[in-house]
Amino acid sequence: MALFILRRLGVMILTALCLTAVVFALTNLPPNLEKLAKTQGDMRMSDEDVVRWLDNRGYNRPMLVKYGEWLGLVPGYVINGTDGQLRGKCIPPGASAEGAPRYCGILQGDWGYSSRFKRNVDDILGERLALTGQLMLWVLIVMVPASLVVGIMAGMREGSKLDRGLSSFSIVTTSTPEYVSGVVFIAIFASSAVGLKWFNGSARSAMDQITFENFTLPVMTIALYGLGYIARMTRASMAEVMTAQYIRTARLKGVAFRQIVLRHALRNALIAPFTVIMLQFPWLLNGVVIVETLFQYKGFGSALVEAAGTNDIELLLGASVVSVFVVLVTQLISDIGYVYLNPRISVT
Amino acid sequence: MEPLSTLEIIGRCLWQLAPVWVALAVTFALSIRFQRRLGLYGKLFDNPVGMIGFALVMFWVYAAVFAGGFGWLVTHDTLSQFSGMKNVAPGTPLARAPEGAYPYFLLGGDNLARDVWSRMLVGAWEVIKIAPFATLFAFMVGITLGLPAGYYGGRLDLVLSFLANLILAFPVILLFYLLVTPEIVETGIPTYMAAVLFLFPIIFAVVLINSRFHTQPAKRNLYVALALIIGGWLYLGIAWNADPLGIIIFPAGLLVVFVSVVFVNAPSVFRIVRGLTMDIKTRDYVAAAQTRGEGPWYVMLWEILPNARGPLIVDFCLRIGYTTILLGTLGFFGLGLSPESPDWGSTINEGRKLLSSYLHPALAPAFALLSLVLGLNLLADGLREESLKD
Repeated sequence: MALFILRRLGVMILTALCLTAVVFALTNLPPNLEKLAKTQGDMRMSDEDVVRWLDNRGYNRPMLVKYGEWLGLVPGYVINGTDGQLRGKCIPPGASAEGAPRYCGILQGDWGYSSRFKRNVDDILGERLALTGQLMLWVLIVMVPASLVVGIMAGMREGSKLDRGLSSFSIVTTSTPEYVSGVVFIAIFASSAVGLKWFNGSARSAMDQITFENFTLPVMTIALYGLGYIARMTRASMAEVMTAQYIRTARLKGVAFRQIVLRHALRNALIAPFTVIMLQFPWLLNGVVIVETLFQYKGFGSALVEAAGTNDIELLLGASVVSVFVVLVTQLISDIGYVYLNPRISVT
Repeated sequence: MEPLSTLEIIGRCLWQLAPVWVALAVTFALSIRFQRRLGLYGKLFDNPVGMIGFALVMFWVYAAVFAGGFGWLVTHDTLSQFSGMKNVAPGTPLARAPEGAYPYFLLGGDNLARDVWSRMLVGAWEVIKIAPFATLFAFMVGITLGLPAGYYGGRLDLVLSFLANLILAFPVILLFYLLVTPEIVETGIPTYMAAVLFLFPIIFAVVLINSRFHTQPAKRNLYVALALIIGGWLYLGIAWNADPLGIIIFPAGLLVVFVSVVFVNAPSVFRIVRGLTMDIKTRDYVAAAQTRGEGPWYVMLWEILPNARGPLIVDFCLRIGYTTILLGTLGFFGLGLSPESPDWGSTINEGRKLLSSYLHPALAPAFALLSLVLGLNLLADGLREESLKD
């Protein structure tokens, strides 16, 4: 088991390295650097100005060196700019060059500096992830029990009216992407045109204080898209278990249907949904970006959108490290959990 | 003129869609008449869920082709603005209607006083002309790489699986934000990606033909030459926008959308094909073919692939739906497609800004997208049930 986890961790680090290298290469393409210079400096910069701006900040150097600096394997640059200002990778803006460390990369725990928000990347990410974490937490609290209940009720009597109804409901929710359900929810529950106005169409106030009014719609929007998928998987798994021999034995023994479902079927039927729920996290990440944009909630997703819009290299790298980490860790947990839940499978 | 009542709006919408109803009726009549000779497609009509899904999908396909291809069904031009029609409610008569123009905005007007009905229908064309083809290309790439990975295993599998997992570990939206920007188009990266990705369908076709007919050189040469000429022509036109005949025009803005959608979908297809191959290669008929002395590509393409078709067809339907959602996402974030484009994602994005007071500009495309994806999911469900029966 330990070897298995170690191997997976190795693959994880390799994946993170490759992905950050790709993000690094894409954000450091000449047109993207030009965009960065123009959004940071002045929209009407001439080509020479752009080159000078980039030179002064060390952007016009070989890609590998810059990537090494970001990782912390290569000493950070110190450039005496043409405008007479001394800039360095490891010198925070406004601070003096004295006492600055030679290396400052991810290995030294320095995530860099966001050009969009003018703050350290780790501060921004911490803050934004806390907000998104709240959103995710509520989504999971709503989505997981709801989807399991729907799936189990549908799967326990395959082909019944209840099954048909719940299955249709699940298939409709899987066909409704967040930007459709979000818009429909806002239209029904928050617009003055319909006039219900039960909830807020914006979650901006939820960043300070979460209330039922401002958080229901975003949570429902994300939860609904994942709900149908998990419910369908649970239904399939439940329906399969219900045809098993031991269920028939229990029935013939005269155990009540309720007891059969709760005591005999449920535990075996929940193995498959566990994996599915874990593998849903990467999808939730997508949903978060859409919903945060739609409901103006300034979490991780909206940071990602803003960073990409202004080519904020170090924030984008930080965000991709975080998201790759989320994806791979959930995969690992789902694999390990699967082994524990199902004694017939072993990793070795 | 009086605004139309709800019933009148519905009636006029249905009447406007008359060609679609005729086409649907003909399709269903013919399919049910010749049901027993049509294989899996025919069996679909035994399954109510599959039939509803198929009807929804075909509704949008016909609507898209008639509206976008022939210019039927639409009541107004998708870009022309009409004075006094900004954000008007559905069924509002046209103020100062020009001679011969359709006198109403059936589903109202949007923020720029354009007709929501026409934009919704032409938006379907934007989806229908990209989503199925992008999915098809993703399948070609996934199959061409997934078959050998599953069949040979070993180091090849290790490398290809690592690459596939690498792409899958990327959040889709981050990838879109990095790839689908004017700056990236400027560097020509989409063209190079297209140049690589779109080689796979040609390789696929050539290997497919060669492995089957290599014992009959005359036939083989003819078919391979045909595949190369047609494939090469499409390749030049799509990837390099350099069709020597000038028929295929593929602007760079569209190419980047197409390429990134293929790029996102291909790894998942790869994983499915790889898994199926690993399962099927242990069967007796594969061993029989190997004992007969068939080459590895013959075994993969003519023994394993046809036997994996059930799950692949089902996944194909699901994946077109997913691609539709991805295209909507791109439009929603204003990536790739021009802001004036009538595609559903961009229209929803435009409409959501005024959602608190005007609902119709955002709701029409939202329900359109929902119904198309729902149709594809139901169709996939029906196909899955029917293909499991035999």
